[in-house]
Amino acid sequence: MIDAADFAAHLQRHVELAGSALAIATLLGLAFGSLSSHAHAARGPIVTLAGIGRVIPSLALITLMIPVFGLGFRSACVALTLLAIPPILINTDLGFRSVDPAASDAARGMGMTATQMFWRIEWPAALPITFAGVQTAAIEVIASATLAAFIGAGGLGEYITRGLDANITSILFIGAVGVAALALLTNLALGTLRRLIGVRT
Amino acid sequence: MRFERVSVRYPNAEASAVEDVSLELSAGAFTVILGPSGCGKSTLLRTVNRMVVPAAGRVYVDGTDNAQININTLRRSTGYVIQAVGLFAHMSVADNIAIVPGLLQWDSKRIEQRVDELLDLVRLPATYRNRLPRELSGGEQQRVGVARAIAARPRVLLMDEPFGAVDAIVRKSLQEESKRIAQLLKTTILFVTHDVDEALGLADRIVVMAAGKVVQYGTPLELLTNPTTPFVEDLLDTHDVVRRLGLLRAQDVMQPPRPETEGAIDAQATLRDSLNQFLQGAGTLAVERDGRRIGTLDFGDVQAAIRR
Ligand SMILES: Nc1ncnc2c1ncn2[C@@H]1O[C@H](COP(=O)(O)OP(=O)(O)OP(=O)(O)O)[C@@H](O)[C@H]1O
Ligand SMILES: [Mg+2]
Repeated sequence: MIDAADFAAHLQRHVELAGSALAIATLLGLAFGSLSSHAHAARGPIVTLAGIGRVIPSLALITLMIPVFGLGFRSACVALTLLAIPPILINTDLGFRSVDPAASDAARGMGMTATQMFWRIEWPAALPITFAGVQTAAIEVIASATLAAFIGAGGLGEYITRGLDANITSILFIGAVGVAALALLTNLALGTLRRLIGVRT
Repeated sequence: MRFERVSVRYPNAEASAVEDVSLELSAGAFTVILGPSGCGKSTLLRTVNRMVVPAAGRVYVDGTDNAQININTLRRSTGYVIQAVGLFAHMSVADNIAIVPGLLQWDSKRIEQRVDELLDLVRLPATYRNRLPRELSGGEQQRVGVARAIAARPRVLLMDEPFGAVDAIVRKSLQEESKRIAQLLKTTILFVTHDVDEALGLADRIVVMAAGKVVQYGTPLELLTNPTTPFVEDLLDTHDVVRRLGLLRAQDVMQPPRPETEGAIDAQATLRDSLNQFLQGAGTLAVERDGRRIGTLDFGDVQAAIRR
């Protein structure tokens, strides 16, 4: 019932789920985070919404998707995306706000265009903080993707449902350890990447 | 540079921050705007590079109405130093200094050379090139701020309380450096401060402002000897004799050389410096330039200078 090929398939599914959710969430989080930090009026609603998104339990979020997207990959992916957006969005917003007002005043005074200011001053200042948000989101998404198995979307959570159904702890254990290891490895990889970026910028 | 009936009103403000200011600054002069907090000094300064747009009036830079100059061209040819320095934290010292030359698309070799020149000019070791701003002291950051502002040889240099955030000793040395740099650059400098001694020490001319208006405009000595309003009199404490003596140099009031002297003083030294020697009992001082005696100074000359 459990062999290497089986594990690899579930692992792949898990990574696909978490990876696509994270990718979409990064794009949306960056877009709305930079919007909220640049447009005064938009900030309140966007940040509040993100705050609410943060406190909805992942299981509830996944269940809520079923009536809309049905059982399976799509529901899980949408739910995980919604889960991943808040930390990325909020950190992006904070990142852009962390730009020293004196530095942007100086940049403007030196004759930088808005585009030049964005790429040379604001983005480099925001990047490390945004990246930390992506890192947090990645761990959350990998952990929560376990729940996808409950709505038939597969992934390493499958071992947990199977273990529960068959009441065999060792199967359940494989799922749990697999998810934890994946989360830890991802965290390590992103942390290293972050340091590399940190040196460059 | 010329201000012509410039008024500035911020949105939602009851009064104008700057009201009907007309001024003509001589090219290459060091002009200081002096006045109490909130009187509109920074606002007036910022109309020059259009960081603030006047509600009425015009500002001419090099004879051209600055509203007619492309805003980025105007700003890239106008150096700007602010109190908070505003260095870019993620960039090295060299990259900070190289910003405007970069915007003006100088080639990289020329930029490198210029950065070296500027580090030398503001007396920072060349090894500081690759440091980050947070690895510098406050005074060193101010120096980088000045270097960055003058990197592309601006025709006009705006300095808004550039030394407000450093301690008195560092400020003193930065003031001396600015004076030296100003003489080297021959740039028109507009410098904001609320520190009277800083203004008296640096300025060719001082603009005294109060509540958005220019109260008096003149040389430091003119303001001290001939304040036109009680406000200027109070602000500059014009009765402070010692302060006035700080503006006169030995060479300005000396008499022809005489053989019998009891000490020496440099021709460039101020009468304030000479007081020390007189108080210690010197009767007549030899005034020297490069070690050569060019005149004499006694306490009577100092007294006469006060009465003038
Ligand atoms: N961005 C702004 N919006 C609204 N009001 C402003 C703004 N900037 C300055 N003011 C107001 O305009 C007036 C003049 O301000 P300004 O900054 O020119 O003063 P200042 O002489 O430079 O003072 P300080 O010595 O404290 O820097 C003040 O009353 C200030 O509150
Ligand atoms: Mg000010």
